[in-house]
Amino acid sequence: MTSDVSEKVLEYVGNYGSVDTLDLAEFLHMDHQKVVGAVKSLQAAGDFLTAEQQVHKRWELTEEGMSVVDRGSHEAIVYNAVPVDGIAQSVIMQTVPNAKVGLSKAMSSGWITVTKNAGEPFVTRKVDSIKDIVREHLQLIVSKSPSEITDTQKQEYKKRKLLLEVVTKSFLLGKGKDFSTSVEKMETELTQEMIANGSWKGRNFKPYNLDSFGISPERGHLHTLLKVRDQFRQIFLEMGFSEMPTNNFIESSFWNFDALFQPQQHPARDAHDTFFISEPKLSTQFPSDYVEHVKRVHSEGGYGSQGYGYEWKIEEAQKNLLRTHTTAVSARMLYQLAQKEFYPAKYFSIDRVFRNETLDATHLAEFHQVEGLIVDRHLTLGDLIGTLYEFFRKLGITKLNFKPAYNPYTEPSMEIFCYHTGLRKWIEVGNSGIFRPEMLLPMGFPEDVNVIAWGLSLERPTMIKYGLNNIRDLVGPRVNVQMVHDNPMCRLDK
Amino acid sequence: MKTTEKQMITNEQGAEQSAGASEDVIYRIEVPANRYDLLCLEGLVLGLLVFQGKLSPPRYKAVTPEKGSVQKLVLTPATQLIRPHAVAAVLRNITFSQESYKSFIDLQDKLHQNICRKRSLVAIGTHDLDTIVGPFTYDAKPPGDIKFQPLNQDKEYTATELMDLYSTHAQLKQYLHIIKDSPVYPIIYDKNGVVLSMPPIINGNHSRITLNTRNVFIECTALDLTKAKIVLDTLVCTFSQYCADKYTAECCEVVLPDGNVTRYPELAYREEVVSVQKTNRYIGISEPADKIAKLLTKMCLKSEVANSKEEVIVEVPPSRHDVIHACDIYEDVAVAFGYNNIKKTFPKTSTIGAQFPLNKLSDQLREQIAQAGFTEALTFCLCSRDDIATKLGKDIKALPAVHISNPKTLEFQVARTTLVPGLLKTLAANKNMPLPLKLFEVSDVVLLDKEAEVGARNERRVCALNCNKTPGFEIIHGLLDRLMQLLEVPRSSNKDGIGYYLKAVDDPAYFPQRCAEVVASGQVIGIMGVLHPDVITKFDLTHPVACLEINIEPFV
Repeated sequence: MTSDVSEKVLEYVGNYGSVDTLDLAEFLHMDHQKVVGAVKSLQAAGDFLTAEQQVHKRWELTEEGMSVVDRGSHEAIVYNAVPVDGIAQSVIMQTVPNAKVGLSKAMSSGWITVTKNAGEPFVTRKVDSIKDIVREHLQLIVSKSPSEITDTQKQEYKKRKLLLEVVTKSFLLGKGKDFSTSVEKMETELTQEMIANGSWKGRNFKPYNLDSFGISPERGHLHTLLKVRDQFRQIFLEMGFSEMPTNNFIESSFWNFDALFQPQQHPARDAHDTFFISEPKLSTQFPSDYVEHVKRVHSEGGYGSQGYGYEWKIEEAQKNLLRTHTTAVSARMLYQLAQKEFYPAKYFSIDRVFRNETLDATHLAEFHQVEGLIVDRHLTLGDLIGTLYEFFRKLGITKLNFKPAYNPYTEPSMEIFCYHTGLRKWIEVGNSGIFRPEMLLPMGFPEDVNVIAWGLSLERPTMIKYGLNNIRDLVGPRVNVQMVHDNPMCRLDK
Repeated sequence: MKTTEKQMITNEQGAEQSAGASEDVIYRIEVPANRYDLLCLEGLVLGLLVFQGKLSPPRYKAVTPEKGSVQKLVLTPATQLIRPHAVAAVLRNITFSQESYKSFIDLQDKLHQNICRKRSLVAIGTHDLDTIVGPFTYDAKPPGDIKFQPLNQDKEYTATELMDLYSTHAQLKQYLHIIKDSPVYPIIYDKNGVVLSMPPIINGNHSRITLNTRNVFIECTALDLTKAKIVLDTLVCTFSQYCADKYTAECCEVVLPDGNVTRYPELAYREEVVSVQKTNRYIGISEPADKIAKLLTKMCLKSEVANSKEEVIVEVPPSRHDVIHACDIYEDVAVAFGYNNIKKTFPKTSTIGAQFPLNKLSDQLREQIAQAGFTEALTFCLCSRDDIATKLGKDIKALPAVHISNPKTLEFQVARTTLVPGLLKTLAANKNMPLPLKLFEVSDVVLLDKEAEVGARNERRVCALNCNKTPGFEIIHGLLDRLMQLLEVPRSSNKDGIGYYLKAVDDPAYFPQRCAEVVASGQVIGIMGVLHPDVITKFDLTHPVACLEINIEPFV
């Protein structure tokens, strides 16, 4: 703080009550900017002063204007250069400065005239004496009486580049709420030195501006969708589920479809819906006994089933694809489980699946499937419903509704609807059911073992939670990184 | 589902669009994909009436006409080359109304789209029996030898000409591929050589049915006999209600090339006996046998309690081909009982939860990398060949990439072999963000692997990059050092088997002398460096980028 200037400013305002900084600068014989700087720092330090911005316009002479005041206007100089007998124009042009302007101005004022004399322009006086008004006007500006000249005249001189309009800004100062002539230096920050020498005691500290934002902490961020994935994983783990190894995007049709009792002519197995693989095209390693069981249950039935009554082909089962659901992994897990002496299990996974679908605002070719399943003896549809209520309660959803549906590998099958209190409507959130005996028995499970399962997409609840309408704003390279920075924590039960 | 026109428009196009739309209540019914019997109004109305108890489930019959007058469809051996199966039936003394006629055509369309798999598995032809004379021959002939006037055309065409004619037809062009390249096309003639149809493309104009048709001859040709029978049963079950003799269809004989004769429609009823205890236990209810029988009867599965009282005898009608196992019957009990009326229970199954170790490690690292100031991206696994090859200065043939055989667009040609392109595209889409921009992703790439069961495997990787006015190699290097510290891998000063170190390497994706392999425990686990200016440019970027990508599976 330039305390010296500040004190002078305060002293003046203390004595006279109010002043314009321009006048004050003149009074103090100081540069105006210095005075303004002192005012600003006084304002920052507290409410010492009021400062009202003022705009001043004033006229100043240009260098050319100054020369007119000194020596007369260009036209007067030309007039004075013309002797009573007249003179050749060429002589004027060569001897008088600014002769061109002066000549034409003197002519339009009617002071001189130009005639042809033996083919050469010749200048003669038209009047006996002149009054140099331009010079007088400019002298008025110098003597700070510009109001005696009309605005039109000023504009005319401005056009002639004799005058200049200058705008200056200043402040009209007055006493502030906390006016005092003595300013103690305000400290901005507590320093290590102050603590060491105890100088903080008795000092005044500049108050903080609590309305401003703090500096954003330097940090990285987790992706919005994956924050929701974390929460879903947490919920499954809390409920005692084990995570399935779903890190195999490439799957054979056998595990993706046939093992799930999905017939080989099912539309989902069409190239319109599923991405098939040209390299590596086929899988050939399957548990041979199990393949025979699957083949039989599809073509002829068995295990209490009529089957689908078609010719099941291993070639169709060998076709590799990008898995269309994580249930392919569930089938592998269940098959492994069925090879041992039976023990109950709860499995879950959240991972990518792929569909060769038509893309729109809510559908992408790849998305995340959330899947849970429980394997135990004598599980019921009521158990599935009860489990779903517990699962969704952890997501903050308490009102559920179930609708009959069709799915090739579950029977009964239920679509899950939940009541969204924010949107105030029922929305479909997932699918569920009991795995068909035609899927479980060929694997080797005892007849009384049931598997209840459900699945949902991770993207849909995330879009609802974060109010997104286009899935591309959530997944993929076009996601706005700023959104990832700004999104709140994921607390699904809040 | 109960809705209104207004509500439907609001849901689909937003509230502004729905002004003025009707607010009359509409019931939207979603038909499960395996309930072919509900695909037309007749089936739905019947189902509802039976459910409400206003009608008992009808009993469908296939009757044999007097000897000598049974219609015959004779298959020639040539049909086995193209479309080997056929079934047929007659609906006698039928009376169509404008609505039922339309519904009859409509149901055929829907069946064609659904179970018939766009006519590839089964194709239906329906004919005015009074315009043709049996026995009928189902043959297969070279297209040049087939000539007839097809439906809705005013002159005769050869089959070859027809394929041309229909190649631009809005509906029919989608079916041409089914037979197009076959040396012989399926064709059905009557006794006098009149063409009934050229399945699965078009019927003949001569035998077309009209509102006034009284006797309908139905033929279905197929690759899948089971589905042909289901289609035929579904058609006759639904429309035999308009016959003078209600719910009755007339048998036809199908003579196979080997001389064997089969009668259709089968209209077979099957008996399933389900245990009351098992039914209750499957659903989680405890209803007595008679209640279960009643619930099933409401669902068109006529049932009665067995003498033992412990079982219910269920008659599965030919209209319910979806019922193939007792569990389908359990489901109908549950649906009739009402899913939302079932008592909620929680399974007593006691298990201990566990994370998949690789995912656990990934999540711990994600957390740490974010703490180190990097922001997580989530990019697609599928991409174009250029993304992983050309744009990174590599040859696609040299990459262990999994290729997709049926991509609809360039974006889905291959599974990514590196996480770098996804992050670079994320950078390109976020040019408005202040620099430096530090991004990362922990996700799977997919690599060909002959040892793997399906010939390919996933690999979990960490990829991170720094984009700024200068590349900031030291920044991603610092991240690598930090990751190794977290994973308790020491820095190997003498570059031996223990710990990690960097080894200079040339890679076309990276700037010369600004690239290194990351070696940990003697194994190359990844690469880091300053990306090559060509790579930067090809991904539509302008600033330098330093990048790190490592495999984390060795650290599980």
